[in-house]
Amino acid sequence: MLLQDIWFFLWGLLWALYFATDGFDLGVGVLLPILGKTDEQRRLMYNAIGPLWNGNEVWLISAGGVTFAAFPLLYSIMFSSLYSALMLILFGLILRGVAVELRGKASSLSAKERWDWVFFFGSLLPAILFGAAFGNIFKGLPIDEKGLYQGSIFTLLNPYGLITGVLFLLMFMLHGSLWLGMRIKGNVQIFFGIAKKLWNIFLVVLIIFLILTPFFTNLLKNYLNSFVLSLEPILAIVFLLLIRFYIQKKDAFKAWVCSFLTIVLLTFFGIIGLYPNMFISSIDSKYSLTAYNASSSPLTLKIMLIVVILFVPIVLLYQGWAYKLFKTPITDNDFEY
Amino acid sequence: MDVVWLSRLQFAVATFFHFLFVPLTLGLSILVAIMETKYVKTNDETYLQMTKFWGKVFLVNFAIGVVTGITLEFQFGTNWSRYSSFVGDIFGSLLAIEATAAFFLESTLIGVWAFGWKKLSKKTHGLLIWLVAFASNLSAFWILVANSWMQHPVGYVIRNNRAELSNFAEVIFQKWAILEFLHTISAAYILSAIFVMSVSAYHILKKQNLEHFLRSFKIALKMGLIFSIFIVFEGHFHGTDLAEKQPTKLAAMEAHWETMKAAPKYLLAVPNESDEKNLVEIIPLPGFLSLLATHNFNGEVKGLKAFKKEDRPPVFITYFSFQLMVALGIYFVLIMLYGWVKREKIQEHPRYLKILIYSIPLPYIACELGWALSEVGRQPWIVYGILRVREAASPLFVGQVAVTLLAFVGVYLAIGIIGFGLMARFIKHGIKTN
Repeated sequence: MLLQDIWFFLWGLLWALYFATDGFDLGVGVLLPILGKTDEQRRLMYNAIGPLWNGNEVWLISAGGVTFAAFPLLYSIMFSSLYSALMLILFGLILRGVAVELRGKASSLSAKERWDWVFFFGSLLPAILFGAAFGNIFKGLPIDEKGLYQGSIFTLLNPYGLITGVLFLLMFMLHGSLWLGMRIKGNVQIFFGIAKKLWNIFLVVLIIFLILTPFFTNLLKNYLNSFVLSLEPILAIVFLLLIRFYIQKKDAFKAWVCSFLTIVLLTFFGIIGLYPNMFISSIDSKYSLTAYNASSSPLTLKIMLIVVILFVPIVLLYQGWAYKLFKTPITDNDFEY
Repeated sequence: MDVVWLSRLQFAVATFFHFLFVPLTLGLSILVAIMETKYVKTNDETYLQMTKFWGKVFLVNFAIGVVTGITLEFQFGTNWSRYSSFVGDIFGSLLAIEATAAFFLESTLIGVWAFGWKKLSKKTHGLLIWLVAFASNLSAFWILVANSWMQHPVGYVIRNNRAELSNFAEVIFQKWAILEFLHTISAAYILSAIFVMSVSAYHILKKQNLEHFLRSFKIALKMGLIFSIFIVFEGHFHGTDLAEKQPTKLAAMEAHWETMKAAPKYLLAVPNESDEKNLVEIIPLPGFLSLLATHNFNGEVKGLKAFKKEDRPPVFITYFSFQLMVALGIYFVLIMLYGWVKREKIQEHPRYLKILIYSIPLPYIACELGWALSEVGRQPWIVYGILRVREAASPLFVGQVAVTLLAFVGVYLAIGIIGFGLMARFIKHGIKTN
């Protein structure tokens, strides 16, 4: 039992870390047409995420791999149920990755602008769809007794799924704007201005999301059963407020760190509320997949636990080093694209 | 066409495309690391410019490899859900280990390497590319262990309607995995060597950046020579191991129908699957198939007819993939040997250099043929002997998969044309000195 519980939270942690890392470079992609008015500005934006986006995307591979390894049944039913949405995410990620790498090598300005649109849509789609997918995971989806999905991609487009999609999008855009504020010298005012606006809209959407949550999901049940758990979302709110505080102080780095922690904590707000469910059946709760009925064998869970406990801290260490190296403003020496 | 067929086609498109980028990553990372190390040691600017030139090619290639790799991992869940729930305990954990213990390292450090020229000391920067090279080859190891388990499952028990891990060490150190790893990285090193030699040949012929490309040529030649010869021997042992563990694949790749002792090898055969025989058989080498498969001229080799029709792989594809791959392998040895003999005055052999330029697609073809042999030859099994492909697919609608299959073909064609086009333009441009 304990092993599956640990794995449930590690699973949540990996997804949370994916959103907190890749989130800012997805956000930068969405901000491109808003903040990148000239070719030079856009080039700066690409170079701001250039050193890190590859490594960030591996959190997704890792989160996917861990889902496969620790909860094979969840992996197979969730991924085949969300087939069309996941495929759209993947195509988005492929196209934006190629856009980042090839844009700078394009010969004409119009070719560059085409890549810019590819980068924009390739960032927008995953940002919204990851949110929509998680909103629907919180809410539950029509899974029958055989684990077959009785819906379509349009089942995902319900009010709660959509609001979660918008919530993720805004969260990533805010995260991205703070990263840009950190890395791009000069018109810093613009980034803090847009960050302020995004923060305000994000807060409004978050409140709507929280109001809708008890009507669409059972996420609050665990919190009502044990009040001490409520400290987690309270902590999330504290960091959310700190983002605003540091924006005011014009300290983009600290604001970005708070935004990182807010994303992790908000994701965990959902993960704790979900526990021990992983994929809720809206047809009948006995068809739901849980940490207990979807997990791997104890041997695999143990081996994977050793791997994760050993390597994730090492990854955090060298990725932290890379972040530290590239959190400074871009200079003429830092252009690669 | 049913869902299983469409999912198979989609996976084939995604893997074949992904593997256009993987081998160059594996080998070129090492070649760039050697160049940069030479720069660190000698302070010779020529080596620095070589490192930057080949490094740029590496980066574009790497990025396309990364993003096309993500779809592969997710496709096991989206299109092969029954396979995933059956083997996740073993196969899933290998993929997860690959991401956590290897892929993170290469993807994070390559970014630091690309953007960190001015931020790091020369030595640290040079060390990074070695770590990238090490991590990408380690990545390949885990992925190939996972594939090897589909080829020859070991270290598992069937429990709770699925394959559960019983012996982890057996899974990662089984002979098949070691041989498949050595085979794949050798092929990758040959491809990378020919890639670098071929691009260098282009510039040597044009007499631009002569010094840069003569040096690049020589560094790559060493790698190509060693591994094109190594893979011949390694491939032979891979083959005898395969003969024992996957007799259906062996029979198909040699178009061998009747079980017999002292089985001959034909230099060319054209198999006809419906009549269960070969239409054409040219130049038999008596006893050679037995010798290759069993190390004994008189050894018995099982023919395809010894297996039920529903247990046989498609013979035509399996046979020609194997024979062509071997022929190309021999060709690679020859061009490496010739290059080695003439290495000091290679610029005086324009015909050889021209042949090299046009040989650039051949190692790519050889790699893809190798995978076609490996995967098509494993049919009808997805996990050899325990799970059939038919039983492994997700319960999706034909329309869903048809749409994504078309999208894959369209998007990959576009990326392929644009990506390789831009790479070619960059390569032709050569190195700007000063």
